[in-house]
Amino acid sequence: MASRLIQRIVTAPTSGRGFSSSVRKVTLIPGDGIGPEISAAVQKIFEAASVPIEWEPVDVTPVRQADGKFGIPQAAIDSVNRNKIGLKGPLMTPVGKGHRSLNLALRKEFNLYANVRPCRSLPGYKTLYDDVNVVTIRENTEGEYSGIEHEIVDGVVQSIKLITEEASRRVAEFAFQYAKDNKRSKVTVVHKANIMRMSDGLFLRCCREMAEKYPEVKFEERYLDTVCLNMVQDPGKYDVLVMPNLYGDILSDMCAGLVGGLGLTPSGNIGLNGALFESVHGTAPDIAGKDLANPTALLLSAVMMLKHMELNDQADRIQDACFEVIKEGKYLTGDLGGKAKCSEFTQEICSKIK
Amino acid sequence: MALVSRICARTLLQASASSTARSLHTTPAPQQQQAPIEGAKRTTCTLIPGDGVGPEIVYSLQEVFKAADVPVDFETYFLSEVNPILSAKLEDVTSSIMKNKVCIKGILATPDYSVEGELQTLNMKLRNELDLYANVVHVRSLPGVKTRHKNIDCVIIREQTEGEYSALEHESVPGIVECLKIITAKKSMRIAKFAFDYATKNNRKKVTAVHKANIMKLGDGLFLKCVEEMSKLYPRIHFEKMIVDNTTMQLVSNPNQFDVMVTPNLYGNIIDNIASGLVGGAGVVAGASYSAETVVFEPGARHTFAQAVGKNVANPTAMLLCGAKLLRHINLHSYSDVIVNAITKVLEQGKVRTKDLGGQSTTQDFTKAVIYNLH
Repeated sequence: MASRLIQRIVTAPTSGRGFSSSVRKVTLIPGDGIGPEISAAVQKIFEAASVPIEWEPVDVTPVRQADGKFGIPQAAIDSVNRNKIGLKGPLMTPVGKGHRSLNLALRKEFNLYANVRPCRSLPGYKTLYDDVNVVTIRENTEGEYSGIEHEIVDGVVQSIKLITEEASRRVAEFAFQYAKDNKRSKVTVVHKANIMRMSDGLFLRCCREMAEKYPEVKFEERYLDTVCLNMVQDPGKYDVLVMPNLYGDILSDMCAGLVGGLGLTPSGNIGLNGALFESVHGTAPDIAGKDLANPTALLLSAVMMLKHMELNDQADRIQDACFEVIKEGKYLTGDLGGKAKCSEFTQEICSKIK
Repeated sequence: MALVSRICARTLLQASASSTARSLHTTPAPQQQQAPIEGAKRTTCTLIPGDGVGPEIVYSLQEVFKAADVPVDFETYFLSEVNPILSAKLEDVTSSIMKNKVCIKGILATPDYSVEGELQTLNMKLRNELDLYANVVHVRSLPGVKTRHKNIDCVIIREQTEGEYSALEHESVPGIVECLKIITAKKSMRIAKFAFDYATKNNRKKVTAVHKANIMKLGDGLFLKCVEEMSKLYPRIHFEKMIVDNTTMQLVSNPNQFDVMVTPNLYGNIIDNIASGLVGGAGVVAGASYSAETVVFEPGARHTFAQAVGKNVANPTAMLLCGAKLLRHINLHSYSDVIVNAITKVLEQGKVRTKDLGGQSTTQDFTKAVIYNLH
């Protein structure tokens, strides 16, 4: 709570959050592969909706730094630090030694502690599940992905899962606040405290404590395996899910699978020094530059960003237009079973906004 | 001396009394005077009813076995972590399983804390004690069970003696907990070999290794390397690897692509449950845990279903299929087929369905229907 308050106080005067009339700068990382095309599509749609945003495109192609490692250029980091908000297309991490994952680097740089992924069934795109409406909130800085591993003796590896009270409480608080802000009724903590009694136990305890501070939000505890089992049978049982890193990684992708894949699900990373919204699908090098990609995930991420900036009016208009086009089904891209090009799909959304 | 003998006699008497009281009551077998089909040799099997609805569905299994005149005797031990006072000693249970080589087990509830502050659960202790390293769950779409996905047929093989379930945790400073995940080359090799042997024996075409080696480069990396190495010894079986989050996404959108999957401990738990959910839930999937010596048959998705205790609504299909697997394992194929056919018939007809499958029938109704269809 304290950190959030401080963050508000610090950011409020400079960023002018809530003043939707002033034009705000947003860092844009177009990304690799299909990234530039879908970023252009989003920019075009935003223009059509006359969103008061000025884009600041930056290049994050790794450069060799003083320590000999490849990393994000300083200019990109400065840009996000200045604007406090960014939109990012898919990035490719080069294979080979000496390259840190760029996603990981960005996450570290901006202290992005919570990953939010709303998954909703889209009318018009039929999958086997039509009643999905869940939000997965994942702790993003520690847990199984702490990166602390070592080989004790030959053939015996020990990986450390790190759970801290600070990070657990932070993400728990974010989850409850998110549920409250977005008028969600229930928060479910997903854990495995029956097996990992201390580590997951700590996470669970932090969530319980936070639940007491938000009596208006319903709270429940579920084992990871129970959630997996129920989610594929009856996804309507769940609303907002909050969990440690690995479980969140797995469940968010599984929920995306329920509604039609990563091409349709937005994602946002909330941090202490800013927020980064991104599409989590791959770079799809095979269709890059052919005007075939589906910009929906990035567009919906951008909509999430607008909501985060409290530009709700524009956000709703764009989202409605996008859903409308998918529902009509006349201009669908190849991945949704249509024949339309990315530009046609974009054009159709723009015309719906006007 | 007399006192000692009296005490001995009394404790013995109590022990026998309590053990009979503890064993579940079953109705007498129908008086069928036909000769046993496969010789008169009987098999003894350890039985752990477990927590939650375990005792109810185990009772159902015993009824069916009795009705089918199966030459299997049960040695019942009530083992439980949530009810430590009534629980039998772990040593007694393990020695019984060691002796009998086979066991049928309900699900043991694992509470979030232990009275003694112990980190290892009873389930883990049992598995480690017997070295039940390979858990095999064959997930198959059943006839008559309505699900979103059709024709699923995959096998999940899970390492279950190390990994995340190591119970090695400590609080280095207040508010910071470290939990160790252990992966060893020896155990990874062992499970990999088991998986490929299973695939060979059961005419399976493909083995998929599920991992997260892109993040846990050393731990899961070692597991993956072991499976990859093993795959070279089985050139006829197609080998592929898949990252765990992608696997779950593929499972819910296109589950038919999977054949045999081999996973470390926690991922196996996740995949087991998702796959079970796809074919109708925890009540219809059977599983088995293997060590070099013994086999423990238990439902594939491990849920105690504690909210249904005593309500007579649990679906005994998973347990009955465990029983059928047991019979197949001890080479009583004809009995096994009779039971499987009966279950299939009941599910196909769809008249008697428990609540989880959209019906209103009770556990008892279902059991009776299976018994009716035995002959």
